[in-house]
Amino acid sequence: MTTEQILWLLPLPPLLAFVVIILFTNKWRALSFSIAVGAAAISWFGSMVVFFNAINIEHFGEHVFGSAINWLPTGDTYLQIGVMADPLTAISLFFVGWTVLMIFIYSIGYHNFGKPKGDHDRQGLPPHGARVKDEHGHEHTDMSVEPMFSRFFAFIGLFACGMYTLVVSDNLLTLFVGWEIMGLCSYLLIGFWYAKPSARAAAIKAFMTTRVGDVFMLLGIVYLYTVTGTLNYREIFYNPEVLHTLGTTFTPLGISVASAIAILIFIGIIGKSAQWPLHVWLPDAMEGPTPVSAMIHAATMVSAGVYLAIRIYPLVSAGGGIHHLTPAMMAMGIIGAFTAIFSATIAVAQNDIKKVLAYSTISQLGFMIAALGIGAYVAAVFHLVTHSFFKALLFLSSGSVIHGVEHGALHTGDHVDPQDMFNMGGLRKKMPITFWTFLIGGLALSGFPFVTAGFWSKDEILADAFAHGQWAVYLTLVIAATLTAFYTMRQITLTFLGQPRTKAAEHAKETPFTMTLPLVVLAIFAVAAGWGGIPEGLTAGAIPNWIHGFVGGTLLEHPETLEFNFTPMMVSILISLGGLALGWLVYKKVKAGDPDPLVKPLGPIHVLLKNKYYFDEFYAFFVVKPPVWISEVFTSLWMDRIVIDGILHAVGRFIGRVGHAFRNYFDAPVVNGFGDFVGEGTKWIGKESAPLLQRGRIQGYMIASMTVIIILAVAFFFFLP
Amino acid sequence: MIPLSWFLILSAALFSIGLFGVLSRKNAVAILLSVELMLNAVNINLVAFWRYGNIAYMAGQVFSIIVFAVAAAEVAVGLALVISVYRRFNTVVADEIDLMKW
Repeated sequence: MTTEQILWLLPLPPLLAFVVIILFTNKWRALSFSIAVGAAAISWFGSMVVFFNAINIEHFGEHVFGSAINWLPTGDTYLQIGVMADPLTAISLFFVGWTVLMIFIYSIGYHNFGKPKGDHDRQGLPPHGARVKDEHGHEHTDMSVEPMFSRFFAFIGLFACGMYTLVVSDNLLTLFVGWEIMGLCSYLLIGFWYAKPSARAAAIKAFMTTRVGDVFMLLGIVYLYTVTGTLNYREIFYNPEVLHTLGTTFTPLGISVASAIAILIFIGIIGKSAQWPLHVWLPDAMEGPTPVSAMIHAATMVSAGVYLAIRIYPLVSAGGGIHHLTPAMMAMGIIGAFTAIFSATIAVAQNDIKKVLAYSTISQLGFMIAALGIGAYVAAVFHLVTHSFFKALLFLSSGSVIHGVEHGALHTGDHVDPQDMFNMGGLRKKMPITFWTFLIGGLALSGFPFVTAGFWSKDEILADAFAHGQWAVYLTLVIAATLTAFYTMRQITLTFLGQPRTKAAEHAKETPFTMTLPLVVLAIFAVAAGWGGIPEGLTAGAIPNWIHGFVGGTLLEHPETLEFNFTPMMVSILISLGGLALGWLVYKKVKAGDPDPLVKPLGPIHVLLKNKYYFDEFYAFFVVKPPVWISEVFTSLWMDRIVIDGILHAVGRFIGRVGHAFRNYFDAPVVNGFGDFVGEGTKWIGKESAPLLQRGRIQGYMIASMTVIIILAVAFFFFLP
Repeated sequence: MIPLSWFLILSAALFSIGLFGVLSRKNAVAILLSVELMLNAVNINLVAFWRYGNIAYMAGQVFSIIVFAVAAAEVAVGLALVISVYRRFNTVVADEIDLMKW
């Protein structure tokens, strides 16, 4: 098979798995997960083939893999759709393939395959556990298998299909198709436990919020198609003439057409990648099962947003560049940097282990968007890749932690919230694999120097900002990075270090190998993925900065290599270690029942952070309430029930009156009266005449008939001609 | 030859006597007898018109023979009815047989 054929086929196995599981095999759990994992493995293998074929080609950016077919006739030409693999696609396939496969495998254990059926479990709710007897005849509660086990695998199969479609497409239209498939899947999976009202609300919130962005994105795509007549990446983003025209023609608003389109599409990215102000759905998306969180946060969904941002970078920067920021770049820089620090501060005050990670994702995505805003193209790609690995790892680890604590909660009957970090502590010894992998992921997230992947990628963004004198962005990101290190260490300390704070944490158990194996694999990448992007200045060229050379080829103009500078690297090391140390010092002595040590010193600020700057309340009041008021009070009550129903009722009553009048004054007396008169009259005549005529005397009848005959005879005689 | 009108006058007289008998007699047998008189008045008419019309055309005679036959049959049925009525009501007076009275 050629690489192009593989590209075409990549989204197919997960889609087939979805169809087969939904239609045929959903009764058999083992078969269903085998199909799903098998499909993911095939796509993973294909992705790896594409990736390794790609890296073996010199100047791959100029000789990409691609094939296209005519699809939609538009007048005398066709809209073509097709697949394409340039360096960005290849490296995206690399991380998507790995994370998707690992998440699929992890889901088997997470949904308790092989455990007994729950005693009170029902579809749409998380499993509640089952009473089992062990070999000593000792009865206790164990975890129970997910009631909708197969359904989950079908949905994540479709999810993976959406992501693969998005990554391999060579145009914005099929990208949008994949984008929306993922929108649907995120809705289905966040609301997977649909019997929980909070999960339902979160699913709707995620869908609606991303929809807000998607409308603008579609506008941007349509705009782009109107001005260029194509949606193909290579024809727009790799074509100097088109980029030049777009960058130098201006809209009435005073910004270039390229920037206008880029900003419209960027609004879609804000929705999908949960940037401020459309970030509200992502933390609520934690209502879904943990593999879904990992899927959304690392492998698909939000990564897709950043992928698109990177993809349209030539458009974003058209007519400008690193030294002369375009309006679209400025928008990205401001929103990205603001989101990075904004959600990092919220993460500091969250107690739910997954919520902290959710806000850290938003913050890290802000890093990437800000990097693009200041023109740090390669750094953004690099951080996207490393973030995918370590964030998938962190989510899966946190899922493992929750699983372990849940096991303890069921075992001891101590029903505490298994996601609250203040109910944990001391899990280091209970769950060693989870601890070590979480530690690696956490250190990568906080940018622990030299060892972890996160350090290299985050440092590259910071170094870029530093080198180009983007001081506002640089300082914001530095503070955000410090906070990141702080809350990550807070999380690790509260969860794994110290002594167990509840009985549930005391009886936590390490999770099965289907869950720990993906953790180990991802942990390797969380470290090793950074080695491809070590600045050449640091090692004096001993280790080549492979990422820069490879990914830079996606662009028409190869981005320049940064002059190596020790200052930003020292700052990165300092803030990372400082944040980590601070986190440990503040949280190492938290006892059971203690409040968060930050509550006292921060005071009202902590309340503000804990409530996420009241953004949900703000939206509920200013965005959700007005339409609800309009629909419930204005449209439904006033317009519909009073005005329209009023008119209808008036017409109805009027017609009723008219009908009533007709009935009483015409129909009843005239029509019925006449009918009755004829009937009654006939009856009366018959009744009155019968005794006279029918007397029973033959001679009488005879006289009558004679009379008639004579009369008729006379009549005929005289009157007939 | 006797003119045709004489026959017709005879016939009309006979018919009127029969009609009077039918309307005035109470005995059912007498009513039947009167009906026979009326039928025979008709026969006289038929034969007279034949004789004064086209003699080769035999319809008049044939019709009067058919009337004889029908009259015989009618009398048979009529008398049978009278006997049956007598057995049931013990009378042959037409006025007293008033089943059809309202």
